Amino acid sequence: MLQIVDLSRRFGGIVASDRISFAIPEGELHAVIGPNGAGKTTLIGQLTGEIVPDAGRVLFAGHDITGLRVYRRSALGLARSFQITSLFRDFTTLDNVALAVQAHAGHSFRLWRDARHDPRLRDPARDVLRRAGLADRAEVMVSELSHGEQRQLEIAMALATRPRMLLLDEPMAGMGPEESARMVATLRELKRELTILLVEHDMEAVFALADRITVLVYGRVIASGLPEEIRADPEVRKAYLGEQEAAHG
Amino acid sequence: MNAWVTPRNIVVACLLLILILLPVYAAWADNPFVLNMFTRIVILALAATSLNLILGYGGMVSFGHAAYLGIGGYAIGILTYEGLSNGYLQLAVALSVSALFALLVGAISLRTRGVYFIMITLALSQMIYYVASALDRYGADDGLTLTRRSQFGPWLDLGNKTLFYYICLACLLAGIYLVWRIVNSRFGLVIQGARSNERRMHAIGFPTYRYKLLCFVFAGTMCGLAGALLANHSDFVSPAMMHWTRSGDLIIMVVLGGMATPFGPMVGAVALLVLEEVLSRYTEYWQIIIGPMLLLVVIFARGGIDSILTGKRRG
Repeated sequence: MLQIVDLSRRFGGIVASDRISFAIPEGELHAVIGPNGAGKTTLIGQLTGEIVPDAGRVLFAGHDITGLRVYRRSALGLARSFQITSLFRDFTTLDNVALAVQAHAGHSFRLWRDARHDPRLRDPARDVLRRAGLADRAEVMVSELSHGEQRQLEIAMALATRPRMLLLDEPMAGMGPEESARMVATLRELKRELTILLVEHDMEAVFALADRITVLVYGRVIASGLPEEIRADPEVRKAYLGEQEAAHG
Repeated sequence: MNAWVTPRNIVVACLLLILILLPVYAAWADNPFVLNMFTRIVILALAATSLNLILGYGGMVSFGHAAYLGIGGYAIGILTYEGLSNGYLQLAVALSVSALFALLVGAISLRTRGVYFIMITLALSQMIYYVASALDRYGADDGLTLTRRSQFGPWLDLGNKTLFYYICLACLLAGIYLVWRIVNSRFGLVIQGARSNERRMHAIGFPTYRYKLLCFVFAGTMCGLAGALLANHSDFVSPAMMHWTRSGDLIIMVVLGGMATPFGPMVGAVALLVLEEVLSRYTEYWQIIIGPMLLLVVIFARGGIDSILTGKRRG
């Protein structure tokens, strides 16, 4: 489904992506982990099209999307959520999702009909909200949602574009244990239908969900494999997991 | 019982009633001045309404909107001067030249953000201002007097002041209705989404540039209509019509009345221009009073008069 080949990107003297290569087959939930500054956000940026790589290629569903604009990638079925919640704050929850539905319901140069009462946008949007557990918050302004609800809406927005693959940038960021558990449950549902790339700091969630894991350190892939292989890899333990254990101990 | 009866709606309804009945009052009180003044207010309210489409709903702070007033006005002025006073032809030229200029300005400026956008729209409108100042054949700095108004045939005589007022008012109400329909359509939601969070709009698959560009052209065309009316109203066009301070006035009307509200620009235009008129009777330094008032509105009522009436805080 997604294939990354020798992706490289420098910012001045810092190598944020150092010939990253890995592939995600259809149906897999692939997690990318790494300590702060490992280049995870840069990687996501290159996959969504917000950052242009210096070298390398990104292939999605058979298309070379390396040079494609952000909105074109979305049209191909590659959806993303944001690490820092990025919603239409002055719209209602339903308006947010309806706009995402509209993005893939043909062109939007319709200037006259009232879109806020168009069942072709509203009905699918309500469906998505129901799946995300936000059905009873449909008419609430986004700015009034709790943090956990906003994170759920982040996912709902990506889902509403009917994607083939999700790029999730730290969906658990800033969540309490209870909210995290709900998010893990949501992702476990989604995993059955979609290919997912998950960038996440919450190790418990990563090991609970991931089929395979790639570890980034200083922009380089130091390990990639099954969760148990990653857990046992001495280099990973040294670079990343050990650091956490040390911090906890 | 009735959700429509809110302070805001009462004020808007009263204002509409006043605007509709104004010629009756002017005739009864034998006061042509007030009719003259309100014709101007209604025309500038139309210009402000068109600015609200991009500024209020689209978040595009155009600091050169008066350029379209000038372009619409000069289209009428120049054609009349050259002996072409057919109103339909004049209107078609005024609207299409305004649309073309908006397309040009939008295509350049919408590639930039924030303060750069403001500067580019300002620079391009100043360019038009200096072009008009250099048109020696058409009066240059002194402007151009229209020898006759646009001719729409015997049944539509723009020389009739009452009829002309009602035409302007009809254009204003049609403009408000058009903006209201547009902003609630699919297209309008894309525009508002781009104001709210453009990055997310790209991420969910919207190429926002082309939507914003079309919106910019709509606003420019509508303002071109206001310019055509303004030229017929004052029987005179001059570069001053598109001076940057006039663009500033239009922004003030929108902000004062309430950005992204259908009737806000109309309320703002009436409030600002009536206040200007009243204050200037007492002192020639009326700006000293209006300035701080605007400051207070911006600080304490960010949604303008509309937010004071609805009790809703915005921004």
